[in-house]
Amino acid sequence: MIDLGDTRLLIVAGKGGVGKTTVAAVLAEWARRQGRRVALVDIEGRPGLGAMFGHDEPLGFEPITLADGLTARSIAADRALVEYLNDHGLQRFSKRLAESGALEVIASGAPGLRDLLVLGKVKQLALAGDSDLVIVDSPASGHGVSLLRSPQGLLDAVRGGPVRVQAEDVLTLLHDPVLCCVALVSLPEETPVNETLETAIALRDQVGVRVAGVFVNQIAQGAELEALSLPEADLDRNQWAALTAATNFTLGRVRAQRLQIARLSEYLVVGLPALPVFTLGGLIECLS
Amino acid sequence: MTLVPVLRKSDVVVCCGTGGVGKTTVAAALGVIGAREGRRVALVTIDPARRLADALGLDTLQNEPHPVPVDNLVGTEGGELWACMLDARETFDDSVRRYAHSEAQADRILANRFYRNISGGLGGTQEYMATERLFELTNDPRFDLVIVDTPPTRNALDMLTAPRRLVRLLDNRLFRLFMAPSKLRLVNAATQTLLRSVGKVVGGDVIADAIEFFHAFEGMEAGFRARSQDVLELLHAPKTAWVLVTSARQEAITEARFFADRLADSGISVSAVIANRITPTFEPLPGGMVAADVAPFVENARRLNAEAALQRAALNALGPITAVTDRGTDLHDFDALVWMAAQLTVAPNVAGRGPRTDRKRRTVGA
Repeated sequence: MIDLGDTRLLIVAGKGGVGKTTVAAVLAEWARRQGRRVALVDIEGRPGLGAMFGHDEPLGFEPITLADGLTARSIAADRALVEYLNDHGLQRFSKRLAESGALEVIASGAPGLRDLLVLGKVKQLALAGDSDLVIVDSPASGHGVSLLRSPQGLLDAVRGGPVRVQAEDVLTLLHDPVLCCVALVSLPEETPVNETLETAIALRDQVGVRVAGVFVNQIAQGAELEALSLPEADLDRNQWAALTAATNFTLGRVRAQRLQIARLSEYLVVGLPALPVFTLGGLIECLS
Repeated sequence: MTLVPVLRKSDVVVCCGTGGVGKTTVAAALGVIGAREGRRVALVTIDPARRLADALGLDTLQNEPHPVPVDNLVGTEGGELWACMLDARETFDDSVRRYAHSEAQADRILANRFYRNISGGLGGTQEYMATERLFELTNDPRFDLVIVDTPPTRNALDMLTAPRRLVRLLDNRLFRLFMAPSKLRLVNAATQTLLRSVGKVVGGDVIADAIEFFHAFEGMEAGFRARSQDVLELLHAPKTAWVLVTSARQEAITEARFFADRLADSGISVSAVIANRITPTFEPLPGGMVAADVAPFVENARRLNAEAALQRAALNALGPITAVTDRGTDLHDFDALVWMAAQLTVAPNVAGRGPRTDRKRRTVGA
């Protein structure tokens, strides 16, 4: 399992559909059971993160308590932008700005701005001390890389002012290998592994954030069959054929997955099995 | 409706679904079937895996369709398969050139930093350009069926809302006031103050670039607005079929169900649901007690059968589906596309409850 040490901010990144939300929930529950006060943050307002803990309503900007020592909230970019303008003496205008659509124009013109303000809010939560660890479930699009690239992008584009200060502060946190790290999520298949490798390199070269490990979801069961052979005794021909086909199917899957996982060997890999029936507790047992 | 009639009758097929379900591969396999049915197919892919791109002969990013180099693909019915990869920025640049009144106007816009930001990074630009490309290819006499893969968005409706989102941006009232003739501009001193204050916080360059962009864009909104209406009508047209792609993973099924409901909300019914990578069932298995050396093999087969049963039960929520069996390996080369096409045409449908179909088609733009 990855070593959390003194990490205050853990960002879960990876392409949509690989089980990022599951990993964020597993990590949150695991850290909570170790006695940490955990704050889970969702960026996109998708259903799912709360549902892992039996909370079916969508998460909002205000935190809710999911379990003892675990809160969750969703940080929407628009809300973060309004909060930011309010904090900078524009509360008189923010309503009018929102109504006129000017906020949309401004945010569109500086595309990293929304992402930066979201990260600014995350940074504030991570350093405020209300929790020991903030875990962020990053957006599906752009593998979370565009989100993390936003501070540097704005530093390149904006010459001065509060936005630049904000970008510098966020970058300082992202660059701190003790306080901040990224957990990547992948599947044991060729395309997701390709994307994970590309993402890891982009995070290293373009963001400068530490990659603590790769979680590989949906590891197939049945690898033990490799060492066994199927006896013919007591089986009719059709049964034998069905068992052989099933064995070949499983071993094909196991071997294909093994090849893909081996490509991630330069990173710490944490495998999560494909459970017949999904439970958070079941996955956490596999970690220990 | 099963897939073959959909591919025979439609002018447009939109493949949607969450990321990681093999949507691009399915779209390509539908292209193979369409070509075999004698259609002249243009396939618009978005960010295909390297080997799939190779299989389609797309060695570089090509916004222009080109024929897929396969000799034995189709019979004598005149079917063709062409493929291209969406280049959102190039498509956007082309639109700007089309609606600009002069080359100078186009150049000014293309060089503007605000424009470069929205053409590369505005949420929904890729979706919008996918629909724009779809519209262009639909009107291209070389093709009679356009199959479009969709960007991996969190919301199926991004395809439907993206055209309008851009128009709304172009129509922004505050900025329009700011560009009004000087007599009116006095009236809007308050607006200027407002923008200046915002500029102080987010950076004055951003505001200056935006104002320059809106100046340069003057007079072109009408073209974009009319086009976005045409694109929306095309997306809602009876001969446009929406095909939902999912895998058997619970998250993918939940997303697919959500997609189907959102589409129904905007008056679009899903023509077919394709469930990719379904675990096969292995039968017959020995019943009762088995010898100890056979037991692990029986246990493995039962586990796979249980997995298959769980998948089928979960997929029931999506109504009748066309299932593609898991081969245990990734599908990328052309033979694999042909194999998938065969699966899609012969696979038995699995009946189920189905997403809501009780909504009437709404008027476009409602």
